[in-house]
Amino acid sequence: MKKLDRKQLAARLARDIPEGAYVNLGIGLPTLVADHLPKGREIIVHSENGVLGLGPRPAPGAEDEDLTNAGKEPATLLTGGAYFHHADSFGMIRGRHLDFAVLGAFQVSVAGDLANWHTGGADDIPAVGGAMDLAVGAKQVLVMMEHLTKDGKSKIVERCTYPLTGARCVNRIYTDLAVIDVKPDGLHVVDLVEGLSFEELQRLTGVSLKKFLTAA
Amino acid sequence: MENQLNVKSEQFEDAIIAPVIDKIVPSLEAALADIPDGATIMIGGFGNSGMPSALIDALIAQGARNLTIVNNNAGNADTGLAALVGAKRVRKVLCSFPRQTDSWHFDRLYRAGEIELELVPQGTLAERIRAAGAGIGAFYTPTAYGTRLAEGKETRRIGDRDYVLEYPIHADYALIKADRADRWGNLTYRMTARNFAPIMASAATCTVAQVREIVELGGIDPEVVVTPGIYVKRVVKVATTLRKAA
Repeated sequence: MKKLDRKQLAARLARDIPEGAYVNLGIGLPTLVADHLPKGREIIVHSENGVLGLGPRPAPGAEDEDLTNAGKEPATLLTGGAYFHHADSFGMIRGRHLDFAVLGAFQVSVAGDLANWHTGGADDIPAVGGAMDLAVGAKQVLVMMEHLTKDGKSKIVERCTYPLTGARCVNRIYTDLAVIDVKPDGLHVVDLVEGLSFEELQRLTGVSLKKFLTAA
Repeated sequence: MENQLNVKSEQFEDAIIAPVIDKIVPSLEAALADIPDGATIMIGGFGNSGMPSALIDALIAQGARNLTIVNNNAGNADTGLAALVGAKRVRKVLCSFPRQTDSWHFDRLYRAGEIELELVPQGTLAERIRAAGAGIGAFYTPTAYGTRLAEGKETRRIGDRDYVLEYPIHADYALIKADRADRWGNLTYRMTARNFAPIMASAATCTVAQVREIVELGGIDPEVVVTPGIYVKRVVKVATTLRKAA
């Protein structure tokens, strides 16, 4: 089978963001999605620190310390973009105005519980940022992660063992192996990478999956 | 009766000629001189964007200790908020995201048990600050329901959703960075440097703004004032060259 690399995963997810969508891209892996949004499709990226219409990374030398993304990296604003303060920014999030939030994850449960902010380790300094607001606020929460941990365990689990970010909040999971919808009756596999069978994915994932492959 | 009114009117006109509202203070030292030990201080900024670095440096020089700091983060590298934390002036931090690759001052003190942390989801942090400024007693938010950060808090089911009760965060001081100001304290900002500053300005008893430029009254188009002067007590101009982001 051909696992998707980080860029391919970002491109696979980006393909599903429709014209006219308002979308927040979490820090880390989800930020890559911005580089792969289909050209010519008008999509408005929201950033927690008070931006709608976030543009690409500026050219070297054109950075401005007063314009950053939620990962505190230099950013640009698209023509038509807007700035606003933090309470407005999160009002937009909690008020269900964003069509999509794309978030990274340590674990997602079969019920759609998300764990992505804290390993729970005694020496781990907890940091949550805007993840809990995005998890409850966006109309659709898309998770983007590697399917397996470094030691081969499934990150899709029966019950999250890491502290939760949000309960029953994930709508769809994009991994380097598959695309899986979280439905009330369980996990529906809608896409698989080339050369991977449903049975093999089921074996790797551990929890029960349903086969709903669409012609990709 | 008519005469008395006329007298008052003349006095009022005199008052307008000699500015009675002048929030511009001559120095950073003067702007922060009365901050006592144990104060709760909101500091604007999201990472380095919008961080009032000149005010923070002046606060370090001023010497107040045992402070409670409200900011999105807990300091980056060795300057600004990180320097204040590193100088052991901070007893407690309320923030959403302390852990950064370069938050070594906070990390060290936290692991040594020398600094207290109240971790607040970013939107809840913003809304608690906004609520303080807007006179709201408490509010229910869906954020963090069913998570560790809601443990011990009142919850309530409203309609088909579950909510967590959250209380406002008030501060004694807010230190913020703005772009332009006038002597009434009206403020504008630059791009994402705005972030928490407008809501923090409303939530503190004494808001101090460091600004790049001071203009005459009327020099800011009233349609574009972001923070009206009612929220601002002191304005201090800081020589700024726009630094490029790291």
